[in-house]
Amino acid sequence: MKTFKLGGVHPKGNKLSSDKAIKAIGLPKTATISLIQSLGAPPEPVVAKGDKVKVGQLIAKGNAFISSNIHASVSGTVSKIEDTLEASGYRKKCIVIDVEGDEWLETIDKKPNIKLEIQLKKEEIIAKIKEAGIVGLGGATFPTQVKLMIPEGKKAECLIINGVECEPYLTSDHRIMLERGEELIVGVRILMKAIGVDKAFIGIENNKADAIKYLSKLAKNNLGITVVPLKVKYPQGGEKQLIKAITNREVPSGKLPIEVGCVVQNVGTAIAVYEAVQKNKPLFERVVTVTGKSVKNPCNLLARIGTPISMLIEEAGGIPEDTQKVINGGPMMGKSINSIDIYVVKGMSGLLMMPEKESKRVTPSNCIRCAQCTFICPMGLNPYLISQMTETQNEAMAEKERVMDCMECGSCSYTCPAARPLLDNIRVAKNKVGQIIRTRAK
Amino acid sequence: MNTTILYAVITLSSIGILSAIILFFIAQKFKVIEDPRIDAVAEVLPGANCGGCGFAGCRNFAENIVKNESLENMFCPVGGNDVSKLIAPIIGQVAEEKEPMIAVIRCNGSFANAPAKTQYDGVKSCFFIHNLYPGDNSCPYSCLGAGDCVVSCKFDAIYIDEKTGLPVVDEEKCVACGACVKACPRKVIELRKKGKKSRRIFVSCVNKEKGAVSRKNCNVSCIGCGKCVKECKFEAITIENNLAYIDFEKCTLCRKCVAVCPQASILELNFPERKTKETSTEVVEEQK
Amino acid sequence: MANLLTISGSPHIQSDNTTKKIMWGVVTALVPTMLVSFWYFGLSAIILTLTSVAACVLFEYLVTKYLLKQASTITDGSAVITGILLALNVPSNLPVWMLIIGALVAIGVAKMTYGGLGKNPFNPALVGRVFMLISFPVNMTSWPLPMVNRTVLADAITGPTSLGIIKEGIAKGDTVDKLMSHVPNYLDMLIGNMGGSLGEVSAIAIIIGGLFMLFRKIITWHIPFTFILTVFLFTGILYYADPTKYIDPVFHLLAGGLMLGAIFMATDMVTSPMSKSGMLVFGFGCGILTVLIRVWGAYPEGVSFAILIMNALVPLINKGFKSKKFGEVIKNG
Repeated sequence: MKTFKLGGVHPKGNKLSSDKAIKAIGLPKTATISLIQSLGAPPEPVVAKGDKVKVGQLIAKGNAFISSNIHASVSGTVSKIEDTLEASGYRKKCIVIDVEGDEWLETIDKKPNIKLEIQLKKEEIIAKIKEAGIVGLGGATFPTQVKLMIPEGKKAECLIINGVECEPYLTSDHRIMLERGEELIVGVRILMKAIGVDKAFIGIENNKADAIKYLSKLAKNNLGITVVPLKVKYPQGGEKQLIKAITNREVPSGKLPIEVGCVVQNVGTAIAVYEAVQKNKPLFERVVTVTGKSVKNPCNLLARIGTPISMLIEEAGGIPEDTQKVINGGPMMGKSINSIDIYVVKGMSGLLMMPEKESKRVTPSNCIRCAQCTFICPMGLNPYLISQMTETQNEAMAEKERVMDCMECGSCSYTCPAARPLLDNIRVAKNKVGQIIRTRAK
Repeated sequence: MNTTILYAVITLSSIGILSAIILFFIAQKFKVIEDPRIDAVAEVLPGANCGGCGFAGCRNFAENIVKNESLENMFCPVGGNDVSKLIAPIIGQVAEEKEPMIAVIRCNGSFANAPAKTQYDGVKSCFFIHNLYPGDNSCPYSCLGAGDCVVSCKFDAIYIDEKTGLPVVDEEKCVACGACVKACPRKVIELRKKGKKSRRIFVSCVNKEKGAVSRKNCNVSCIGCGKCVKECKFEAITIENNLAYIDFEKCTLCRKCVAVCPQASILELNFPERKTKETSTEVVEEQK
Repeated sequence: MANLLTISGSPHIQSDNTTKKIMWGVVTALVPTMLVSFWYFGLSAIILTLTSVAACVLFEYLVTKYLLKQASTITDGSAVITGILLALNVPSNLPVWMLIIGALVAIGVAKMTYGGLGKNPFNPALVGRVFMLISFPVNMTSWPLPMVNRTVLADAITGPTSLGIIKEGIAKGDTVDKLMSHVPNYLDMLIGNMGGSLGEVSAIAIIIGGLFMLFRKIITWHIPFTFILTVFLFTGILYYADPTKYIDPVFHLLAGGLMLGAIFMATDMVTSPMSKSGMLVFGFGCGILTVLIRVWGAYPEGVSFAILIMNALVPLINKGFKSKKFGEVIKNG
């Protein structure tokens, strides 16, 4: 079985909700849609206070190259556009819609049948994806259309679909693959057409044997699509690691996957692409795993963007008594949030409630130079060294140690026996080196 | 036996002489001819290499002074006017007097004034916390209290008060080099005129949010109400982005603005106690 | 929700591997070696081991409490390891007070002056041992024979180690063949029935401990393997060149402190390189130096010196041999 070679750790899976079918959650009373839904420039609102909107209607338009559209996830009246606390922890501009009924745009095909035939041309597909405001749903929220536009001089050779879901606890991608496999395969074919390749690999870790079996069966009838079972290892879902695992190609430092002819997309994104291209439905809902060891009813919920997360937590049996930390995302790369009064965004793959005894960090002790962090770093960096550089404020050295290659997977902090805050320090170095590089470029 | 000692002595001495000759020629070859005034100026400078002057260390500062032969925009905040007076004759100039400055913490979001809504657990670095979230008191502009300024200070002039969680500047030790200003990711620290008898008045807040929002997080945030602007007869106070700012060049330290501020966010330092103390206490009580 | 929410940077989970676990794992791995030493050297071995451990822990406690004024670090087990290793490195009839001085040097000088666990450049137990070797050369090099004086504390019957026999013999001009009759046979050396320090006599017990540490992923194979292989190959070449002057490589592997050094001392995380390639270099260097000292040096045994010298080179090795970074070598296929 394939996997990437350099480094990696094996955190406990804890996939508590992997056998819970995706359940659509009801509509909220008001939806608060943040304008920060993707990487890049935030889009400009195109609705004003008092406007009536329908589900799927464009409410904010991304004008920059790296930017993406936002659509109304509910129907009703725009009650205000103001700064509200949102998933980043800061107050950012949000569009608040008071919900009235559930009226969808007429152009959206609501029929349950699966449309197999792809009629659109390459450019039309990409335009459609841009229009639908699709972003990478694995968590990075990079605008999808940008990834599909192959830069001049480069050639895409294969498409890689990321069904790895190496983050512990999270199961949304797993459920999507099991429940919406046929749509997924169509989505993959659309993406293949969009970048003009005839090969696609769906990488799935072998702790999801049912998904591997099901998708392999479906892929048999589709030329060029191969399901690749992968050995369980974190962070296999990292773009560069996944490419290495499946094609054995190494993306050079500081370069994008297209450098080795690969384009990577998440399974959730592929479904969104299917819906946008075949059903004309923009991205306004996503599957969120609500989980945690003391959560009564861990589940996978299909929620509209802008739904308050308290609704999702209620659906999972309420917030457990011993909760000390709530995490947006998985435990390895997720962000702990400072308030539960926030709203679902496109990049929210899970909500994890951590009990008290697991959320406090262990007091760090001296580094014992065991070199575990250098062994497990999937990018082959020396986390202990970079951490030291931060403490001695030696950014120039940190840059030489290639701190910018770090993808913040957290394996170093996870594995450190002395519980040193390696990634915290590396992030400081990364930010400072980033600043230095930017000023140098000017 | 004797010959062994002799051999050793001869060998060692000849190696020594040879090395001395080589070193002499190399030193001749790589000799750097420098303006002797650079050394003279560097001698006078405090040698803290704090970078407060804007140059990379004291030596670099001295080189630039001698190169330009002028003291214009060249000021050593550590040595102050005394050092300028010493440097001036070396380059044949006259030093102009500069008012002494001091670092001022423009945030009063102590544990009591801005109660914590979350608790942070991780590496002690304001820079890191700033990139992670708004801080435990939820104010995205407030001091984070992890002490990046303390680490940056080369003069041991700043420390974190355990009771309030805010940094305190030691007036005796602060030389206004500006290292803490650069280190603070939230730009809470400002260099202000030290003032007569070290008396200062300033708005202790940098929050640019609307009053209704900032007041939720902090009892003493500036809400940009403009009362102080009206009160000030010297046009020293301006309001921009819901935030009042007192221009220390224009301020006459009359303290009228302090009395009218409904949020008690204007602070006065080192003034004698007021005769009628009611106003300020009233304000605080109103808040509660 | 009982308390305020906690905020911290990712990751939010931590593996259950801790410094304590690693250190106590090493202690566990040392148990077979200790038991063998108790069996062969009896009461005196037990007394020496207990004194050494107690002294090391006590000194660390005193230093942290009164000199560094920090929280005590004695529970992490590293002082216990130093104590055991120190005891395993001395002959069984060493006066207890000498061992206590050794412990003071090991913990007080070689470890705590640098800032405690993780900051010391040299292996503390080895520094302690070498200090004793230089200060008390007679006591440190008279080796009581195993089994015969298990219950006697003083006036033990002593004899030189196998390495000592060979070294002196060759210096006198004897050939190896003649000398071989004076040293124990390989089976005895393997199970430990020979003169020597407490811990270096039984290769088998040490290897069992090493395998345990490999299994628990406390050490990697790189250092012990290259160390032992280098010694084997180097002495093999010498033996091949002149079998009358040089003894065969198997003898070198089993005699002296090579096994103990290669498996427990050289692999000390704190004082060994941080990258796998660096570890190979480190092991290689240790092996070469050991053989150089054993064959041509003044001392019959060179493992401790070899490891200490290589410890000093670790910062250089770390600089020169860094781990391979992802995306550095572009390999498409």
